[in-house]
Amino acid sequence: MNSVIKGTGYALVHTPDMVLHNGTTQTTEMIVNPDSEYLKELPSHIRSYEQAVAYYPNQAYIGNITPDELAKIPMPWNEQECPLTSRYGKFGQIMPQEEFILLMQACDVFDLVELDSEFVAANRDKLAANEIIDDSIMARIKEGVSAEKVKDLVENEHAEGLYHLGKLVGAVKRAHDIDVNLSAHVMHENIVSKASNVVGILHAIKNAGIAKEDVEYVIDCSEEACGDMNQRGGGNFAKSVAEIAGLVNASGADIRGFCAAPAHTMIEAASLVTAGAYKTVVVTAGGCTAKLGMNGKDHVKKGLPILEDMLGAFAIVLGENDGVNPEINLNLLGRHTVGTSSGPQDVTTALVFKPLEKGELKVTDIDKYAGELHNSDILKPAGGGDPALQFFKVVAATAVKRGELEKADIPSFPVKHGMVGWAPTQGHIPSGVPFVGFAREDILSGKIKNAMIVGKGSLFLGRMTNLFDGVSFVIQANTGATEEKGVSEEEVKALIAKSLKEFAAGLLAE
Amino acid sequence: MDLENQKRVLEFANQYGAENVVVLLGAAEGEASGLAAETVTNGDPTYAGPLTGVQLGLTVYHVCEPEVKAEFDPDIYEDQVGMMEMVLDVDDIVKEMSAIREQYCKYLG
Repeated sequence: MNSVIKGTGYALVHTPDMVLHNGTTQTTEMIVNPDSEYLKELPSHIRSYEQAVAYYPNQAYIGNITPDELAKIPMPWNEQECPLTSRYGKFGQIMPQEEFILLMQACDVFDLVELDSEFVAANRDKLAANEIIDDSIMARIKEGVSAEKVKDLVENEHAEGLYHLGKLVGAVKRAHDIDVNLSAHVMHENIVSKASNVVGILHAIKNAGIAKEDVEYVIDCSEEACGDMNQRGGGNFAKSVAEIAGLVNASGADIRGFCAAPAHTMIEAASLVTAGAYKTVVVTAGGCTAKLGMNGKDHVKKGLPILEDMLGAFAIVLGENDGVNPEINLNLLGRHTVGTSSGPQDVTTALVFKPLEKGELKVTDIDKYAGELHNSDILKPAGGGDPALQFFKVVAATAVKRGELEKADIPSFPVKHGMVGWAPTQGHIPSGVPFVGFAREDILSGKIKNAMIVGKGSLFLGRMTNLFDGVSFVIQANTGATEEKGVSEEEVKALIAKSLKEFAAGLLAE
Repeated sequence: MDLENQKRVLEFANQYGAENVVVLLGAAEGEASGLAAETVTNGDPTYAGPLTGVQLGLTVYHVCEPEVKAEFDPDIYEDQVGMMEMVLDVDDIVKEMSAIREQYCKYLG
């Protein structure tokens, strides 16, 4: 019995001050070139919250505009007037920084986040009005401390400052005096990941229409590591997020695999449900501060706004087959193995064409492929091209090499079977999964019959292996087969009774 | 260009002599190729890495450029690069790479 996708949640958090203080491009520049023109210019390129909301790709992320509609908007998108200005969408929301800073404090269970009491008082009602925040989370918000105390923590106690619109409004303290894995910097990064993760998961549960108590297992596939000096990536984000989200019946664990992690995790979650180990599993990920403003230098040089001012988060609820929702077909999995090279053709063959072969399918039998869904409005000005378009072209070109397509079909393939990218450049976020929400809707409405989600990751970044990585899976319309035919208790009883009768008849005959 | 890669390019140039090093790029489009080529010739234009202000002037090509293609066994090239050649905007890459080489390469005859 295939598992089904019951619902999805997609959330963005606008964090302009974290671009300046926590993005590694900026923090590196502060070390190597503190008086640089870039650092002086940067603040004037920061977007307001309203500007970040009225931006087509962000509206696509929360579900207010479809990928097909986005493809019709001329690029560059950052120059277009966007009439969509709602912070909420059918998949999730775009959270403003002030609400998020309060949520960070609510997510901290070790008294590490201290906020200026005036900032808390000014923004408490805003967070309470957020449609997914309930009393259990609001009850975690503390009164706050004095502005002097916050300043002292940052200046004298190695705390990481929390800023809003240029003003110091809080601090994340270090969790240990000498352990670098519990430093204020790491704790800040991890609490941000956890808090943004909570936003995604609460939307997913709401959208799936399930009770929080129904969730039995949560798997986090973010890119951060939590642990102390004795186990740097010990974990467990998943359970810590489930705690804040109120998933009282859930356990959980973390899976890592760079940008491919979400696809790996979806396959493992689907396997757990299909095997009957857990009835409802949530795949979830929070955002990453380090990548904020990653291509900022190019954006500033070209007079553009800093477009990497958003944290990305998502969550996907998988459950037992209900006969309605789209299924994950575990017979059509692609995987890049140790023995596969990192050449584009071999990678694409392993991830796309091997699973197609298993299902005796042609490349055009899959209605939509989703991979590398980076927003090219961010990457093109930085010389990063259009990874989504590139990926679909590579699939088409590999199909040409295999004799499945004509060379003349390459330009039209990305339009028919691919899509434009809209995800923020948050590493794990763009890798195929932003389409799962749309895929679920399009399959339910009959617009498409299936989709292949492809996750790819660059493992060399961790300096443990030079191998490439990736996995893929196929989502398909529900086949209606909710339960494989088994033998019921009545049938067993009848069979035993029949055998006994025959046995008795045999004895009598003797 | 990745900071670690800049460090490795600089180490190779010091170890073997800049005139003996050829950098072969595989970037997916023209601008990215041009930026990497500029980094190993005129220095890191983003002022972030070890090649900031270091004008190595190395000889640099993209693997899809005709001069490089001519050096390969055609069958192996077709097998390894042929597919990407179909996908990439080779003309744009050649244009970007030629411009950088003309300006900054020190070791071309």
